[in-house]
Amino acid sequence: MYRYDEFDERFVRERVAQFRDQVARRLEGALTEEEFRPLRLKNGLYLQLHAYMLRIAIPYGTLSSRQMRQLAMIADRWDRGYGHFTTRQNIQFNWPKLRDVPDILDALADVEMHCIQTSGNCIRNVTADHFAGVAADEVEDPRPTAELIRQWSSLHPEFVWLPRKFKIAVTGAAHDRAAIRVHDIGLRILRHPETREIGYEVIVGGGLGRTPMIGKVIRDFLPKEELLAYLEAIMRVYNLEGRRDNKFKARVKILVHEIGTEEFIRRVEEEYARLDGPSINADPEEVARIAAYFAPPPYETLPVRSHQLSVQRGLDPAFARWVDTNTFPHRVAGYAAVTISLKPVGRAPGDITSDQMRVVADLADRYSFGEIRATHSQNLVLAHVRQDDLHGLWQALGEADLASANVGLVTDIIACPGLDYCALATARSIPIAQAISRRFQDPARQREIGPLQIKISGCINACGHHHVGHIGILGLEKKGIENYQITLGGDATETAALGERLGPGIDADQVPDAIERIVGVYLRERTEGEEFIATVRRIGLEPFKRAFEAQGAGELADAAA
Amino acid sequence: MAAPKRPPLPVILLANDLLDGDVVFHTGRGWSRDPADAAVARDDAAAAALEAVAEAEMAANRVIDAYVVDVELAADGRPVPRHYRERFKTLGPSHRPDLGKQAEFARK
Amino acid sequence: MPLLDRNGLAEDPFTRVETTDIEGLGPVIVPWAHHEAALARRGDNQPVGVEIPNTVSVAELRPVLDRFALVAVQFPSFADGRGFSLARQIRREGFAGTLRAAGPLIADQFADALNCGFDQVEIPEDLASRQPPEHWRRALAAISSIYQRGYGEGASILDQRRAARLREASDGR
Ligand code: HEM
Ligand code: SF4
Repeated sequence: MYRYDEFDERFVRERVAQFRDQVARRLEGALTEEEFRPLRLKNGLYLQLHAYMLRIAIPYGTLSSRQMRQLAMIADRWDRGYGHFTTRQNIQFNWPKLRDVPDILDALADVEMHCIQTSGNCIRNVTADHFAGVAADEVEDPRPTAELIRQWSSLHPEFVWLPRKFKIAVTGAAHDRAAIRVHDIGLRILRHPETREIGYEVIVGGGLGRTPMIGKVIRDFLPKEELLAYLEAIMRVYNLEGRRDNKFKARVKILVHEIGTEEFIRRVEEEYARLDGPSINADPEEVARIAAYFAPPPYETLPVRSHQLSVQRGLDPAFARWVDTNTFPHRVAGYAAVTISLKPVGRAPGDITSDQMRVVADLADRYSFGEIRATHSQNLVLAHVRQDDLHGLWQALGEADLASANVGLVTDIIACPGLDYCALATARSIPIAQAISRRFQDPARQREIGPLQIKISGCINACGHHHVGHIGILGLEKKGIENYQITLGGDATETAALGERLGPGIDADQVPDAIERIVGVYLRERTEGEEFIATVRRIGLEPFKRAFEAQGAGELADAAA
Repeated sequence: MAAPKRPPLPVILLANDLLDGDVVFHTGRGWSRDPADAAVARDDAAAAALEAVAEAEMAANRVIDAYVVDVELAADGRPVPRHYRERFKTLGPSHRPDLGKQAEFARK
Repeated sequence: MPLLDRNGLAEDPFTRVETTDIEGLGPVIVPWAHHEAALARRGDNQPVGVEIPNTVSVAELRPVLDRFALVAVQFPSFADGRGFSLARQIRREGFAGTLRAAGPLIADQFADALNCGFDQVEIPEDLASRQPPEHWRRALAAISSIYQRGYGEGASILDQRRAARLREASDGR
């Protein structure tokens, strides 16, 4: 993991003191609320429905056990004993008081954490593949790149007053677990087909929200050492030319769409040609310094397959099921990456109590070199667990209600906070997730259905990524009542696609039935071994629409009877 | 200046406390964290007075996001916002009955 | 309107004029719309500044830039950050005159403005009365070094690390 040096440490401490001063100036009226709002947002502090909310950055999703314990301490001391992991590898606290926030920031700085640019119209927390450094299909670990970008984007003098927020994601693997095609900038690390040199494929203009778009490739290959200068060129073009007349048209995706990919490329390349790259880019020693922090942990030499694991699997079917769903192959023999599901049946997706945080921290120390990761599906990962240890880990997780064997299944639902917390929401998301998860709680049935991603947002801003859910659910308001639109066929991976609407919106209590019907069509139509999304692609939306309409008609008939 | 759009009567005034973030309700004299204490404005003059309070209190850096919302009166006379969004502000997260005003000001 | 530079409140030798009759007026700032006519009528050695909206591109400025003693970039709102990029581009063109940010910037943007190449900010009276020079001084000192190379006068964190590496290497020998 990256560790702060004296410069990082001073920078973050000064940032805390700066915010303390900003709060003081707000209270004495030197800063108006209008002026203070963007300043507090750039420090992760929102106003929600019931209270402020503090969003803490977990850069590229990596967290140490010590940091996790500090989050637990913060939850107990200044919040209500729990936190919420988001789809952007951040954690949010829902009840902090403005008067306490500077102290919370100091407590975060004590463990090399911060809230810098977790909100506001600036470059946000950089996200990366949560299996970085573990996945076998990796060209290069994306975390050093993400850390370099984190530093470069922090309090950038030129790019903190952008037209709109700006999100960058990095992956180093062939299979895209970082959703790089739905980010403002997506970077894929690859090797040049001829020279074998390392570089980036640069994708710009993806995004979800009100106008979902898939990003466009603007450079097939950018040499690795040119990264910062090239990013500067993109950001400058966007800062100068992105729309500022309409907040809903201000993301870079709209600029790319309006002027066209070719013209956007031309402008970026023109700016890039005028830049003095070497005076901007990090020197190779700096890149190497950062990369050294991400050297693999001291793995033991183990047999490829653990004998103990096979025996325990045989003895304990529940354990075997958890291993099947919640572990991911590790590139080192004898190890596995474990996903800890934060989606137990009937609970708010992504929520974790302070006690559970401490359990996870202890287990990370015991089994995974003290390292924890947050995923964009609102779960946690222990990335380096010996296969021999899986059974012990599973038992300990079970005691803390953290052993749900549902990763990637129908109850592994992504949901934004919705109207239970969020001031922008048009409807609730969490109770919908809870109802679906209760409906499908039978583990055998979940496995029978297989991989299926349900994603729920409480308004058009799409924090729950509903557009790219295999089944997406969008909460709206219709005539003073919460109303839900169902979409089908979305995908956030390298085969990115946006879901299509199935029909008119439905009431909250109809949602579980609707999901049931969709699943019913799939189970009827699928071929041997075919996953949900593949069946949807093969047979199209029509059969699902018919089932969905039949439900609507059935209910009308019920009402008339 | 044209009168801003105001929701139908009766209305109450709510806001978030600047320092705490907590939802607060104007009682006619000051702010209370208990929704049952909210002063109910039943005519235009009273509603306009609440709106003036909202402006003044925001200018005085005591609250943020102050605005009036339309309510119904429950059987016991307590004001209940008509819109579900504002109703949640008087209660708390719907899936966590142990948190927020619904827990703090629970009535038997 | 109050003018601040890195030393605090500053005198403004320039006068804003709306006409193109600038001869004999001393240092003046003319609107972008009149800049050609004004330049045509300037007196010998008369410093002429121009005030530009933040939508003027550096390509439009390029042909005339070196004839101005001052360029004032308008900030219609503190949240509109176009001026920061424009300042960078103007400096990159080699402009050596005074670069001014004009509009309701807030104290917390002072360091960014200077680091992007501005020399001074000119703010409205009411804002200046809420945010006195002491606030601007404090905000400017808040962050002692930034990561980005090539912004402002101090060495960036990346460059400081590099210097430390070089020192270590030479000590080691
Ligand atoms: C509760 C407080 C929150 C507020 C006020 C908020 C605000 C917003 C807004 C305004 C947008 C729309 C941006 C646009 O116009 O494109 C947005 C998008 C987004 N937010 Fe949030 N959000 C909140 C919580 C969350 C949470 C909990 C998550 C993760 C679970 C999240 C992750 C995202 C993501 C991934 C987007 C996607 C759209 C995109 O970037 O393309 N936010 N948020
Ligand atoms: S999608 Fe809407 S409701 Fe959900 S967190 Fe984002 S802004 Fe709030």
